[in-house]
Amino acid sequence: MVAQTIAILIFVGMFLLIILDKFERHYVTLASGALMLLLVFGLCMRSAGMIVDTLNFQSIISPDFWVSESESTASGINWPTIAFIAGMMIMVEGMGQAGFFRWICLSLAKLVHYRVVPLLLCFMFISAFLSMFIGSITVVLFLATVTIELARLLKFNPVPMIIAEIFCSNLGGAATMSGDPPNIIIGTSLGFGFVDFIANSGLIVLLCFIAAMVFFWLCFRKELKASEAARPADVVCPEPASAITNKAAFASATLVFVLTVVLLITHAQTHLTVACIGVISAALTIVLMAAIYGGSMVSRIFKGVDYKTLLFFIGLFVSVAGLEQTGVLTVIANFIRRISGGDAHVIVAIILILSAVASGLIDNIPFAATMIPVIQSLAASTGVDLSVMAWSLSLGTDMGGNATPIGASANVVGTSISAKNGHPIGWGYFCKYCIPGTAMVIIVSLICLFVRYF
Amino acid sequence: MEKENSRQIIITVGREHGSGGHFIAQEIANNLGIKLYDKDIVEGTVELSGYSREFIEKMDEKPVNVLFSRRIGEFSNSLEENVAHKVFEYIHTIAEKGESFVIVGRCAESVLRHYPHVISVFISGDKEDKIDRIKRLYELDTQKAADRIKKVDFKRKHYHNYYSDFKWGDSRGYDILINSSRIGIENTAKCLTSYIHSYMEVKGIHLNGEA
Repeated sequence: MVAQTIAILIFVGMFLLIILDKFERHYVTLASGALMLLLVFGLCMRSAGMIVDTLNFQSIISPDFWVSESESTASGINWPTIAFIAGMMIMVEGMGQAGFFRWICLSLAKLVHYRVVPLLLCFMFISAFLSMFIGSITVVLFLATVTIELARLLKFNPVPMIIAEIFCSNLGGAATMSGDPPNIIIGTSLGFGFVDFIANSGLIVLLCFIAAMVFFWLCFRKELKASEAARPADVVCPEPASAITNKAAFASATLVFVLTVVLLITHAQTHLTVACIGVISAALTIVLMAAIYGGSMVSRIFKGVDYKTLLFFIGLFVSVAGLEQTGVLTVIANFIRRISGGDAHVIVAIILILSAVASGLIDNIPFAATMIPVIQSLAASTGVDLSVMAWSLSLGTDMGGNATPIGASANVVGTSISAKNGHPIGWGYFCKYCIPGTAMVIIVSLICLFVRYF
Repeated sequence: MEKENSRQIIITVGREHGSGGHFIAQEIANNLGIKLYDKDIVEGTVELSGYSREFIEKMDEKPVNVLFSRRIGEFSNSLEENVAHKVFEYIHTIAEKGESFVIVGRCAESVLRHYPHVISVFISGDKEDKIDRIKRLYELDTQKAADRIKKVDFKRKHYHNYYSDFKWGDSRGYDILINSSRIGIENTAKCLTSYIHSYMEVKGIHLNGEA
């Protein structure tokens, strides 16, 4: 009981400090993780074994970490997630340096002859597509920047387009295991692979994406068309080729990206784990960039890696393990079981809606990491299929983040870029479009889950 | 540390609401023959940022609402924070021109701390005097004046503390802290001007146009 109370206090304190943003969030989760290890596992439970299990270093040296028929069901620090995200960060940094993202945005703009409404649809599509494989922060960072550049030239308001891009980026991230961080954590913790996500969440996300395209087209087409009519005739837009900083680097970065996508899609056949794929992508990027640019580029790429996010994850995993090992999450699971009466429909609806609402208000990564042991416990006590609850959790956490400007990292980055460039996006404007949009995709998801799995 | 400029002096004035901080800053600027930046900062930021004047006025010196804000590295969705950074950028552009000036609020003592000749002042006042002044200036009754002071100072404190390394009004963060109630607002301005003249003499600073 004492261990449970201390674990709850540490975890709630961590959440509050993340919300208050007084200290950088990786310091908060690392301090919280250290307190869990010392006070909960060390002092209260006096269990060196639990500390070793939570740190989970042994998993890295296991062959299953690299090659396995299914993703390992890791507890404690989820090293496959850390390895995959770090690998993707390095790959994305190489792609950014080579001008890949700017090139793809400018190519699409040229393809639609710089007409704004088709551009909106194209950017929504590319935002969703890239976010299936690359972190949504990077996708929105590049898309929003190019959108603002084109908006200046083509004289349209970039805010509607940036909002639609953010929304679709979060949707795309929900479709695959390599998209949003909650999915990577869910997949590596529960043993689901890339194909499992595509075949389950992916199909539901596809329907949601079509609904979102129609929704944003209806919302913004008039405003964007009007700006197109008022555009001066002599506008000169940048050529896509101008985005490419080095042709060899561009070709290499594209090759590594395509190879990574192929490895992710085929990992059920190759048995390479996501951790292994992440390391392969990173190693290839480093070798190719070093060969093209020399050693200085390698240090630039490493400087671009967001090590703070990796440390944030490590601290978070230890903190969640504290709640898990002390049985706090079982109490939450039992509470959900009681109020649902053990009914699978109600449980799935609760998980989806609770995840969506919570993710709209707080960081969805700690929420997802906390909920994984809860749904495991629910599966054991109620017999409801764990995979259905996993898809509900994934869809809820990824899509729920769309509702508010702070619901997901991509929202913060997109609204910040817009504000920095003279186009502030307040809560009112964002929520006016994104709360109905989020409600719509959550309802579509719920219907799909019920129709498909019950 | 910015490049040494023996013709530039910057006076930053932090102030409690009702302490006469703006008046004192204006008097110092008049006495030294240099420009005062207070509301002009809004104009400059409009030009720099592309934001509307109404929007900047609404967000100027407004604290970040932590419950409705989130930060990812250098990115924040907080409109207050985005405006604050544009204001700081504008303050830097004024300082970079090399002119001497007096500036009120906006964490200027922290934003410009790398400039060699910055004198940071914080002006406080006795509660009764501050209430009297606000009553006169805004034609309010005692309670409303007290409420206004509390509200404005709350905003200034939280705004300052969010962006600065030290607390608003903490003696360790400023060169001079002075209570304008002790010798009156006009005399406080004279006293501070005298201090600044002494500083310039000791450091060998000659303002633009002076021999």
